[in-house]
Amino acid sequence: MTPGERRRSLVGLAFVSPWLVGFLVFACYPVCASVYFSFCDYDVLSRPVWVGLLNYQDMLSDGVFWQSVRNTLVFNLMALPLGLVSALVLALLLNQPVRMKGTFRAIYYLPSLVPAVAGAMVWLWILNGRLGLLNQGLEAIGFSNPPQWLVDPAWTKPSLALVSLWGCGNTVVIYLAALQGVPQSLIEASMIDGASAWRRLIHVTLPAISPVIYFNLLIGIIGGLQVFTSAFIMMGGAGPERSVLFYAIYIYQNAFEYRHMGYASAMAWMLCMLILVLTLLASRVSRRFVHYQGD
Amino acid sequence: MSAPRKRWLLAPAFLLACLWGCARHSGGGAATGRIVVNYWEKWSGFEADSMRAVIDDFNRSQNRIEVRFLSVSGVDTKLLLATSSGHPPDIAGLWSENIPDFSEKGALTPLDGGLAKAGIGGDRYIPLFWDLCRHRGFTWGLPTTPGCVALFYNKKLFRAAGLDPERPPRTFAEFEDMSRRLTLVEIEREGRRVRVSFESLTPAERAGRKYSLVQVGHLPQDAGMFLSGWGAWFGARFFDGDRKILANDPGNIAAYEWMQGMSETYGVENLRGFIEGFGVSQSAQTPFLGGAEAMVVQGPWMPNFISKFAPSLEWGAAACPAADGVGGGAPVTLAQCDVVVIPHGAEHPREAFEFLCYLQRQDVSEKLAKSQQKFTALRDVSPGFLVDHPNPAIRLFMDLSRSAGARVVPRLPIWHEYDAELAVARERVLNLRATPTEALAEVQERVGWKFDRVMRRWDAVGVERISEWRAYDAW
Repeated sequence: MTPGERRRSLVGLAFVSPWLVGFLVFACYPVCASVYFSFCDYDVLSRPVWVGLLNYQDMLSDGVFWQSVRNTLVFNLMALPLGLVSALVLALLLNQPVRMKGTFRAIYYLPSLVPAVAGAMVWLWILNGRLGLLNQGLEAIGFSNPPQWLVDPAWTKPSLALVSLWGCGNTVVIYLAALQGVPQSLIEASMIDGASAWRRLIHVTLPAISPVIYFNLLIGIIGGLQVFTSAFIMMGGAGPERSVLFYAIYIYQNAFEYRHMGYASAMAWMLCMLILVLTLLASRVSRRFVHYQGD
Repeated sequence: MSAPRKRWLLAPAFLLACLWGCARHSGGGAATGRIVVNYWEKWSGFEADSMRAVIDDFNRSQNRIEVRFLSVSGVDTKLLLATSSGHPPDIAGLWSENIPDFSEKGALTPLDGGLAKAGIGGDRYIPLFWDLCRHRGFTWGLPTTPGCVALFYNKKLFRAAGLDPERPPRTFAEFEDMSRRLTLVEIEREGRRVRVSFESLTPAERAGRKYSLVQVGHLPQDAGMFLSGWGAWFGARFFDGDRKILANDPGNIAAYEWMQGMSETYGVENLRGFIEGFGVSQSAQTPFLGGAEAMVVQGPWMPNFISKFAPSLEWGAAACPAADGVGGGAPVTLAQCDVVVIPHGAEHPREAFEFLCYLQRQDVSEKLAKSQQKFTALRDVSPGFLVDHPNPAIRLFMDLSRSAGARVVPRLPIWHEYDAELAVARERVLNLRATPTEALAEVQERVGWKFDRVMRRWDAVGVERISEWRAYDAW
């Protein structure tokens, strides 16, 4: 490297140094420190005391930990397929050659621009068992005893899954982009072969956009396992009988409410492992269903 | 100098400027040259305004210290984080229940040396509140405004139910009886939706529970802010004072059985549906302030909320009756206290302590209490305190805080977690998903396990901590 190149590199490094320092101090260091803290008894104030694998062992015997795992998985089993399918259906509809297509697309995308907290507050009233719009509508069409969405432990997770659909606009946009990239030649060829719209969807469109479906699935798994905001705002944290005590909320409670930072760090690393395993699993399964152009 | 070199020099300069902005600014000198004492307080609204007025008085009386007040939400968490980073405020306003936890974690400054020099001792205070400021033999904070709870009732609803509005319940049996008489439901009779008293329902209608509650005597969830359950009114002990959690104490089981009785009487869905129609606490949307709950257990702050959110509410207050034999005949209440503390590592502990002492002056303490419609933790009351006190029920609360039946929540470092577990048990019991014995046995097991961990840690560090506290002498 010539002196001039070295100087230019240094100038470049100096200019990115605010970001570098920010990354090292606020991202890299906390991540590395949390590995150490996960093996410590640490309450933030006192010095960490090394306890080996105790935090990980405690997780195994902590009933509430397992409840949070169950809640998170059940919620994802509801919300993830619902979100993927709904967004795909919406994208297929919005991809049709109809008038005011742009307006419809904007309307369906708008909710994802609403801040999560504001959206949660609105849904809090929509889902109110006594005064909410949803139940009043259900009663108007003949449901005499509609669910108590937010206070009945049996209905809290389905109601949050419903709320999660509110922000599916981003996924719709990604699907739309993929749908517009489906080769027209394939569609036309299948039409010439006499394929119905349904068969074209199943045998041409879906395989063609399968990499995008897979991408949305991965993003959905990663985001879904970290679900926090809607439950925290709408249910005050854990919800009735801890029915929406999701994994991320339990981490938050341990870290910042109960100040078991060591335990929370261990939980965070377990979540990281869980996401990794599920992502690898999805990756393995995807080999059979995802078709890349040129394969 | 070449342009690239200038740019090369500017970038680190910018970075340094950013870092300097994050750094601690020592000295804390105000523009007036006085020492600045930073004070974080949990209060907002009228309570914060009251403290600001007191601080203004203090600052006017001073040429050495200036107290700067900041209303901070989630003050307990933020204080711990600030303390752990070595940059705490000089004073913080907490709840007395924080003291065991924060002191054991080394987040607070022991005040005993300063108190001895200032001549401030427990004899000046109502014993209950002085004790709440102490833990493991040391004093960690001083009271600002204490609180205890009583039964607030809606006189208009009493009158409508044929009850004497000047005669609130005196025994637990009366409380239950009145509560039933004050309960109204809407039910379909002969094709019409009618509003009737719960008492007037036929046995078949009661058993069928095909009605909706529109007014209740009281709610099992409303036990008055300090505790998630009615154990205190059933003589429950939550802690043996040493190393044993007593969540499934017979008194607590009795309280939860009584609460579950309400679900069995009115129906889980009816109770849930009724509560869901209302909003958050300390707002016009609570059942009591909305005129749909006739009796509620609350503290001396309640008249403030009534005048703000329901000024036309006709209310009275009395001691909340306890179950037979509890309190030995003395009125029962649950007490807590707002406290001011000096965090460990505060920059100006002596100046902070001077302000704490100022707050303990009778005239200052009474000014603060009056403007918050509360009473003081001091044993003596000035002759004028009650004369123009804005809270008509203040004497009741003062008497309750001095009652032999007054109790405090257990002084445990994990009380917050304990109470959260009791709240979950309450939900399970009210939803008829567990018997009180089962639900509280789980609390016992879980909190016991957590408390064992806390005690193991204390066993490891306790001696060291205590010697640090004894050695502290910034006074």
